[in-house]
Amino acid sequence: MEKLKFGKSSGFFDTFERRPGAIKKNMHYCPGCGHGILHKLLAEALEEMDIQDQTVLIAPVGCSVFTYYYFDCGGISVPHGRAPAVGSGIARANPDSFVISYQGDGDLGAIGFNNFIQAANRGENMTVLFVNNAIYGMTGGQMAPTTLPGQKTMTSPQGRDPLTEGYPLKVCETVAALDSPVYVERCALTSYKNIMQAKKALRKGLENLKNRKGFSLIEFLSGCPINLKMTTDEADHFIEERMMKYFPIGKFKDIADDRPAISKHLGIFEPAAVKRILYPNRQSSSKSKDFRNKSEIFTKERRIKCAGFGGQGILSLGMMIANMARLRNFNVTWLPSYGPEMRGGTANCSVVLSRDDVGSPIVDKDTNLLIAMNQPSMDKFLPELKKNGVLLYDSSSIEVPNCSEDKKVFGINAAEIAEDLGDHRVANSVILGALSFILRDYFLEGDDKADFDKTFEEAIIDCFANKKGIVDLNLKAFYKGKAAVETCF
Amino acid sequence: MTVKSKKFTVKIIADECKGCNRCVKACPKNILALGNDLNRFGFPYVKLVKDECIGCGACYYSCPEPSALAVYEEV
Repeated sequence: MEKLKFGKSSGFFDTFERRPGAIKKNMHYCPGCGHGILHKLLAEALEEMDIQDQTVLIAPVGCSVFTYYYFDCGGISVPHGRAPAVGSGIARANPDSFVISYQGDGDLGAIGFNNFIQAANRGENMTVLFVNNAIYGMTGGQMAPTTLPGQKTMTSPQGRDPLTEGYPLKVCETVAALDSPVYVERCALTSYKNIMQAKKALRKGLENLKNRKGFSLIEFLSGCPINLKMTTDEADHFIEERMMKYFPIGKFKDIADDRPAISKHLGIFEPAAVKRILYPNRQSSSKSKDFRNKSEIFTKERRIKCAGFGGQGILSLGMMIANMARLRNFNVTWLPSYGPEMRGGTANCSVVLSRDDVGSPIVDKDTNLLIAMNQPSMDKFLPELKKNGVLLYDSSSIEVPNCSEDKKVFGINAAEIAEDLGDHRVANSVILGALSFILRDYFLEGDDKADFDKTFEEAIIDCFANKKGIVDLNLKAFYKGKAAVETCF
Repeated sequence: MTVKSKKFTVKIIADECKGCNRCVKACPKNILALGNDLNRFGFPYVKLVKDECIGCGACYYSCPEPSALAVYEEV
């Protein structure tokens, strides 16, 4: 009679059905790979701590991307280097989960270093397992941030020169210097003794996870015999004699016992609640959901460009037009385009209204309506105006444009009217008023005309819902603009 | 009075072994050795050459494969 003393952990699947091909019992790693050793330690820990059902193991990009072939626990694959960012999301959205991020030195030390260090600094409740083999293993052995000085790789055939490529990145030392992380240790997956120490460290890291202590990092110096072009013995020797000189193994930080269990603010995920928070004063439409304007014009997409100085309320103007259309059950897109110069420079936004789905939210040609509020915008966007398009401009600051006969041109001294009202910032509402008159035929049909102004009012109230004090002034400006343009006809 | 010592043994699944030699190096009693035969997937595999296993598990933890090698206790 025989009893199993050391054997396959139930942290692994019994058969690796997810692995394509004929081989279903062993892993895809090269002979002697350190990943296999760590996988076994992890599977054993998951089983013995009985946390398989709550664990989310995040697979990196790298050789170990296929963790979901092997581990019988929750898992997710994420883009290169983003494991700590995704892990932060999981840990916060579902505080009952145990997030383990498994990353290599290319994933963590190169492309994903900022994601990693920020998650560490925020003290997210996750444990990062960092497998360091001093090269990019998966791609065939190129120089990594952790490649040792003088080490020859495919991309450093003369050996890494610290003067040009810098010194190896000491991840544990860096993280230990931060205040948030509670546990940092470096181990080596070489001799039995070192592997046992790694097992202990891993267990400690997972205990911290279970006790909600925050961020733990465990680095594993791991052999990649194939890509180091060594035998397993030589690879272990390389780690123990060369890597450990630069990356000393040992505990860098362990303050888990001094730290209370953390609890991050729980996010709000229920859609209606999110909407209430984002749009507390959202007006409901005066139109029923089924209302459709039958006007011929709106069988086609309407493409609108608003442009002017930053600070003139261009984006708000576009938003008011978009809101007005939304309240009338159009499909709408509103796309702002800030220059690098927020104040004083030019700003513009593209608004597209459609009965069907909006194709592209960008308006850069075939514009149906151009609203120009300064000279540079007029010069820049007038050529994009479509044949028979409508141009509305602020005549108090723009010269009479020279454009072809087919265009419908309306000038209104919006800035002056706004000054008269006592606030130059309401010029955009003046323009909106003019627009409501010009476009009445575009939007209206039959008895619908009666509450057309109301729709615009709703749009203004909606747009300034968080600045109630200026709603009245904007409404006043709206009717002034409307009256001013009426006299033009 | 005789002390009844526990008896252990190592079992190797030849087709799951990749012949990396880690267990051979790890064993304190040198009871494992890499053979010359190749398994179904073309790797040389480890064989038990001496019946002196002490059940320490060094070979199991050094082996990178989940189930290529297991240690059993006779009861």
